[in-house]
Amino acid sequence: MSAILEIKDLYASVEGTEILKGLNLTLNTGEIHAIMGPNGAGKSTLGNVIAGRDGYTVTAGEVLFKGKDLLQLDTEERACEGVFLAFQYPVEIPGVNNTYFLRAALNAQRAYRGEAPMDAAAFLRLVREKLKILDLKDDLLKRAVNVGFSGGEKKRNEIFQMAVLEPTLAILDETDSGLDIDALRAVAAGVNALRDAGRAMLVITHYQRLLDYIVPDVVHVLADGKIVRSGGAELALQLEEKGYTWLQQEDQQVLESS
Amino acid sequence: MSKQASQIDQLVAAKYKYGFVTDIETEGLPPGLDESTVRAISAFKQEPEWLLEWRLAAFQHWLTLTPPNWAKLDILPIDFQAVSYYAAPIQDKDRPQSLDEVDPKLLETYEKLGVPLHERARLAGVAVDAVFDSVSVGTTFKKELAEVGVIFCSFSEAVQEHPELVRQYLGSVVPVSDNFFACLNSAVFSDGSFCYIPKGVRCPMELSTYFRINAAETGQFERTLIIAEEGSQVSYLEGCTAPMRDENQLHAAVVELIALKDSYIKYSTVQNWYPGDENGVGGIYNFVTKRADCREDGAKVSWTQVETGSALTWKYPSCVLRGDNTTGEFYSVALTNNYQQADTGTKMIHLGKNTRSKIITKGISAGHGQNTYRGLVHVGKNATAARNYSQCDSMLIGKTCGAHTFPYIEVKNPTAQVEHEATTSKIGEDQLFYCLQRGISEEDAISMIVDGFCKEVFRELPMEFAVEAKALLEISLEGAVG
Repeated sequence: MSAILEIKDLYASVEGTEILKGLNLTLNTGEIHAIMGPNGAGKSTLGNVIAGRDGYTVTAGEVLFKGKDLLQLDTEERACEGVFLAFQYPVEIPGVNNTYFLRAALNAQRAYRGEAPMDAAAFLRLVREKLKILDLKDDLLKRAVNVGFSGGEKKRNEIFQMAVLEPTLAILDETDSGLDIDALRAVAAGVNALRDAGRAMLVITHYQRLLDYIVPDVVHVLADGKIVRSGGAELALQLEEKGYTWLQQEDQQVLESS
Repeated sequence: MSKQASQIDQLVAAKYKYGFVTDIETEGLPPGLDESTVRAISAFKQEPEWLLEWRLAAFQHWLTLTPPNWAKLDILPIDFQAVSYYAAPIQDKDRPQSLDEVDPKLLETYEKLGVPLHERARLAGVAVDAVFDSVSVGTTFKKELAEVGVIFCSFSEAVQEHPELVRQYLGSVVPVSDNFFACLNSAVFSDGSFCYIPKGVRCPMELSTYFRINAAETGQFERTLIIAEEGSQVSYLEGCTAPMRDENQLHAAVVELIALKDSYIKYSTVQNWYPGDENGVGGIYNFVTKRADCREDGAKVSWTQVETGSALTWKYPSCVLRGDNTTGEFYSVALTNNYQQADTGTKMIHLGKNTRSKIITKGISAGHGQNTYRGLVHVGKNATAARNYSQCDSMLIGKTCGAHTFPYIEVKNPTAQVEHEATTSKIGEDQLFYCLQRGISEEDAISMIVDGFCKEVFRELPMEFAVEAKALLEISLEGAVG
C-alpha cells in the first residue's frame, strides 16, 4: 500500500482570507476517505486547492501526488496526471456537445501520456459501456455540456466523466447535494464500480447518507481549516446522530479537564 | 502639421509596418476629394454619362452631410482630403514577386487557416499566375453560370455590359442620400460585384468574391448589387479570410440586394480586415451600408456575418420587408479583441403583411475590445401579423472589455409579435476551470467555449466558410486570456 496523496501542513487562502490552516492528510491506494464538516470549514477549498483552481493561494505546506510536487503543476497537468474533481456545481457550456467535450478531455489526457488519440468509434463503445453503469440515457451524449440538465443529471454526468477518464485520485465535492434517493444510488453505483486497488477517492459531504452507499475506509472531520478528528465509518454515524456541535463540546471538555 | 493629419500618418505608418503592402507607385489619383476627383474616377472607368451624373449628384449631397456620431465608437477624426480615392490597378512588376517578399506573419495566418499554398500566393497578391491561373478559373466558372443565365461579374464590367440592369437597380435600395458613408461611396466607388439571377433559376454554385480578390484590389469603396428575379435562389459569399491589401485605412462599402417575388438570397460574410495591432494602432475603419429589399411577396433574405477584423466596424445589414409574406434573417458573430470596436446589428423593417424576421447575434469581447449590438425592429401600420424574434448574446473574456446592447423596437400595428432576448455572460473562470480540470488546455478550452457560443450562427454558414470562420476566431482570440 503506497500513498497516492500526501498533504503536509497545508495553509491556503482565498482573496486574502486564510481558509486551510495546517491540514494534514494521507490517502493510500485503494482507499476512500470521507471529509465531513460544517459549512465554511474549508471542505470545498481543499478540493479546489488540490485541483489547482485560480484564486486559491497556497501559503505553506506541500501536496504530493504519487510522490510528485502537485503544487508545481498547472491545472490541466494535474488533471492529466490523474486528478479528477467532480464539481459541486457542474458548469454549463452552451453549444459544446457533451460527447465532444469528453472526447477532447480524454484525448488531451492520452496525449499527455504519450498515447494515440482514441477514434470516434472506440470512444463511442467506451461511452456506451459507462453509461449503463450510471443508468444514463444515450440522449445525454447529444446535449450540450450540462445545459438543461436536471440537478441529478448534472451530478451523474460528473461521475460519468469520471468513469470515462478513470482518474487515479477522484475528489467528489458534495456530489450528493440535491440528489433524490434514486440518483444517489446511481451515483454511488458509479463510484463503487470505480473502486479499485490502484485508485483513491476523497468524498466531501455534509451528510452521512451518501456514506451508506459509498462506505469509506476513513472519515475525517474538517473544522476551521484542519482535520480535527479521524476515525472509521462509524464516526460518520456518530456525527449524523449528534451533530458537529458534539465534537466542539467534546473538545471543550477535553480543554477544561486539562 | 495638424493633429488630425499626424494621427492619420500614424495609422498609415502602422499599416506599412504590418508590411505586406509594399511601397507601390500607382497611376491613381493623389489624395484629395472634389468634383474633379469624381469626374476622374468616372473617366478612368469610361462610364456612361448617366452614371457620372449620378456620382456627381451624390457628391454634391455628400458635401452637405456630416459624419454620423451616434454609434458607440471612439473614432479618430477622418481627414477625407488625405485619402486617395482611386488607385489604378497595380502592375505585376510592382507586386511582390515571390512568397519570400511577403510578410511572414501573413503567411503564418494563411497556414493556420489552411489556405493552400497556391491560394496563399494569390491572396498575398503575388504575381505567380502560372501557379494559380485565376483567369481560367473565372472562365470555367462564368461559362457554367452563363448556361443558366446567371450574370456574375465585376461592377465595372456590369456597367459596360449590362447598363440597363445597373441603371434600373443602382441606388434603389440604398439611395444616394441614405447616410454619410453610403453617399460618399456613391460618389467615389471604384468597383465591386454585380450579380443577376434570372427568373426561376437556382444558382448552381455558391457565388463568391473569393475568386476575385485580385481584381478587387482597386479600392476601398466597393459597391455590390445583387438582383434575384422571381422564384430564383442564390447563395453569395463575400469577403476574405485574409487581411486584404488596402491602400488606406478607410473602407466604406455599399451592398444592395433586390429580392423579387418568392426569391431567396443568402448572403454570407467573413470579414477579417486588418484590425490594428495589440496597442490599437492602425487598422481599418470599416463603414458599411448593407441593405436588402424584399420588394415583392414571398421573398426571403438571410444575412450571416462573422466580423473579426477591422479596428472599427460600423455595419447594419438590414432587410426591408416590403412584400407580403417576406422573411428577413440576420445571424451575426462579432468579435473585438485588443482595441477593436464594433457597433453592428441590423434593421428589420416590416411593411408587408405576415412578414417575419429573426435576429441572432453573438458578440464576443476580449482585451480592451468594445462590442455593441444595435438593432431596429420596425413594424409599420400595414404590417398585419408581423413577427420578429431577436436574441442577442454577449460574451466577455477578461475584465477590460465591454459589451453593449441597444435594441430599438417600433411597433405601429397591434397584431405584431415582437420578442427580444438578451444575455451577457463572462467566459467564466468557472467554465475555464471546468475544462482545465478535465485536462483540456486553456487555448483549446477558450476556442471550444467560444465556438459553442457561436454555434447557432456558424451553422448558417456554408460548410467551408464555417470551418474558416472557426479558425479565424481562434486566431483572433490568441492570447486573449492568460
